[in-house]
Formats: sequence, structure tokens, C-alpha cells
Amino acid sequence: MVIRENFENSLQELKKKISDMGELSIQALENAFIALKTQDVEIALSVIEEDTEVDDLDDEINQFAVWLISKEQPVARDLREIIGALKISSEIERVADFAVNISKATIKIGKSKSLLELTHLEKMKDVSVQMLQKALQSFLEANIVMAKEVSDLEDQVDEYNSETYKTLTNYLREHPEDMDQLLQLIFINRHLERAADHITNIAESTAYLIKGKIYDFNS
Amino acid sequence: MNRALKEHTKELVKQNETGKGISEMAQRGKGNAKIKVKDLNLFYGEKQALFGVSLDINEKEVTALIGPSGCGKSTFLRTLNRMNDLIDSVKITGDIIINDENIYTSSDVIKLRTKVGMVFQKPNLFPMSIYDNVAYGPRGQGIKNKKELDKIVEESLRGAAIWDEVKDRLKTSALGLSGGQQQRVCIARAIAMKPDVILMDEPTSALDPISTLKVEELITQMKEDFTIVIVTHNMQQAARISDKTAFFLNGEVVEYDETDNIFSTPKDQRTEDYVTGRFG
Repeated sequence: MVIRENFENSLQELKKKISDMGELSIQALENAFIALKTQDVEIALSVIEEDTEVDDLDDEINQFAVWLISKEQPVARDLREIIGALKISSEIERVADFAVNISKATIKIGKSKSLLELTHLEKMKDVSVQMLQKALQSFLEANIVMAKEVSDLEDQVDEYNSETYKTLTNYLREHPEDMDQLLQLIFINRHLERAADHITNIAESTAYLIKGKIYDFNS
Repeated sequence: MNRALKEHTKELVKQNETGKGISEMAQRGKGNAKIKVKDLNLFYGEKQALFGVSLDINEKEVTALIGPSGCGKSTFLRTLNRMNDLIDSVKITGDIIINDENIYTSSDVIKLRTKVGMVFQKPNLFPMSIYDNVAYGPRGQGIKNKKELDKIVEESLRGAAIWDEVKDRLKTSALGLSGGQQQRVCIARAIAMKPDVILMDEPTSALDPISTLKVEELITQMKEDFTIVIVTHNMQQAARISDKTAFFLNGEVVEYDETDNIFSTPKDQRTEDYVTGRFG
């Protein structure tokens, strides 16, 4: 008999829920961008509606973690994994919220001629998705090297963010008639930068649960 | 994130991979060591039960000894007041220094046991009144004056947080008390000898949860006056009440550290496996 087999199974279940939640958030970011590129309001609306699935999973993970703590009285690595899952779940939930915000901006842009090609927004989204995939994998496989790689990728997002901000504000000076759309793109630029920060927090929580030491990848 | 921070983070990862980034194991004897154990080996006949145990136990702290059954933690506890002397086949090598005196070269075992009291797993009161149980030790030391004995009995029972519950029935049989109350009277009986060190061998394992919490609360208060060494199978108890924890396995100390570290970031995989319930 494996000692604490039920507890081990519960920890695996908790990880599975985090993984599912992460996949939903990745899908939300991808769909939010399809909506932005194709200026498809229907897809944008579906991203907003489907966010409740992520919120529900976040609640489920919270309840499950609290129940596990009270039932199993975990210590050491077990406790760090459960606390890590609680923190990571709330970070993933925030990432999905940014996908919702991008979709709302897409709805506001509507059918006006797209200025998306002026920006690095799509590249920022691609790197953010890559970061989230890596962060999730580092959590599931307890891989500290991968967690560190997430923070390296964040630097790329920061660079794209600065360049996009400069481009859009310069363009705004010359084309004030496009202000409405430009403002929404500046907001999206900000949402993606924030999403990357939250994904880096996931990597930090993962590093903590692996090593038992607090890291600050974000600074 | 700027380049300097990035370098700093890289350095942190590197340090952690080499183990340097994790807080160092508590320095043995970092505080004021009351008990110094050096290279202690103990044999029951041919069978060795303790292997080169070396650790310092700090004054006025609670030190918990944990480990699976048969790991040597109770054997180790009993070496601290020479209780193992009662077993003929026992042979001990190494040093145990309490109050700057090697207890195995000093011949005064009575004096040692006065200074190093013990509380056992099950309450073991004498079939006599509560008062007489607590006064037993001081009387044995020659104290006959009633006022003086009254004072010792009251102070000891107060010190064991049981005075209010028994003050009106001091002359009734101690065996009529509940298990939790009896155990606290046992602690009062130990305190009455004004020891420096109190050894406790699973003092709450026979008690109900509420009595257990009362004794735990008492232990936390008692460390203001005494150095306490406790053997416990209840890991949450060790986490709640002790300052330092030693993990014993197969007669060796695998890890000895601040209790916070043992239960949050143990360094040895065997400690991790034990405290998380993966074996034992």
C-alpha cells in the first residue's frame, strides 16, 4: 500500500484543475486576438461569456485547496504545492480577465479600419501564450529552469510594450482622428503587459513550491 | 526587468541549485546550550540503538524529537537523565554535558534526576492525595516544614496550570482526577523538584484532544522557566510547541533544525518524506 495514496491523488487532481484552467485562459487569449484581427464582435462576445468557466474553476480550486488543507494538514512541500495552486489559480484568473478586457476593446474598435499592423500586439500575445504554457508546464513538472525561462520571456513583452506605446502615441499626434481606436490599442498594449506580469508571478510561485524560497522575477 | 535584476535572479537560481540560497541549518548551540551531546552511541547488548548523536539543546526552549517507532528518540531522551542505567545490558559511549558537567562521569544520579525531571506517556501518580504526590519529592529531599511544603505544592500546581481545578480537593486521591488533570499533576510533581530540564516522553498520547491542547499550552508557558525536551509522534504538536526539532531515523539524527524549517523546507528527503507522512 502506498502511504497517503488518496492525498497524492487529490494533489494530482488539484494540478489537473490548474492545468485545465490554464488551457482555458490560453484559449481566451487566442480567441480575443482572433476577434481583434478579424474585427469579429461575435467572437469577442464569446470570450467575455466563457470567462465564467475560468471564474468557476478558480472558485472550485479555492474550495478544494481549503478542504485539502483542513483534511490532510499538509506540511513542507505538500503545503507549498497547495498554497502555490491557490496563488497560481488567482493569477490565471487575472490573465483570463485581460483576455476579456481585450475583447471589450475589440468591440469598441468595431469596424473602423484596423491599425493593428502598426503594433507588436500580436507578438506580445504570442510570447504571453508561450510564457503561460511554459509556466504551467514548470508547475506541473516542478521544473525550476523552465520557471526561470518564463521571466526571461517577460523581458521581450516589456520591450514590445515600450515600442508599441511609442509608435501609437506618435501616430496619435499625427492622426488625432483615429484617437478612439488608438486609445483602445494602447489599453490592449497595457493589458498584455499586465498579463505577462501575472504569468511571471505563476513562475515565481512555482519556484517557491519547488525550492521553498521566495523569488522575485517581476521586480 | 532590467539587466542587473536579471543577473541577480540568475545568481539566486544558481545559489539555490547549489543549496546555498536556502537558509543554513540552524547552528548547533546557536543559543545558550543547556545540554551538549557529543558523539553519543548506545548499545543494548550487541545491538546498537544510537549512532554518533551530537546535538546541543538550548536553554529555555522546547526541543522536539520526532521519528518513526524504534528510531531511538525515546532511548535518546532517557540518556539525558540516565534512565537507561536501570537496564543492565546498556552500554553508552560519548558525552552528555548538562550545566557544564558530564553526567556520565559524575556519580550523583539522584542529583541529576532532581535537575532533570521526567514526565511519561501515561500519568503515573502515586495512590495518594494530590498534595502528597506533589510534596513527595521535596519531602524526600528533607523538607518537612508544612508552610514551606504548602508553598511548593501551590506554586507547582499553579505552574502546571491545574491549581484552580484542584485547590479545593488537595487531600483527595490523585487517582480520582481525569487523565488530562493527572498528567498536569505529574508535571506539577516534576516542577516541585525545581528542575532545570524537563523531559517528556509522549506526554499527551494518552489524553483527549482538549486535555492535549491544555498540556501543549502549558508546555509553551513552561519554557520561560525550564528547558524542555519532548518526544512526540504528533507532528502537528511538534510544529505547534517546539523551537527546534530533531528527526531521528535508525538511531541517527538525520536533521536538526529550527522547527519552522523542518516543517516548511526540510533539507533531507527522508525528513520531507517523514513529516509529509510518506513513511513511518
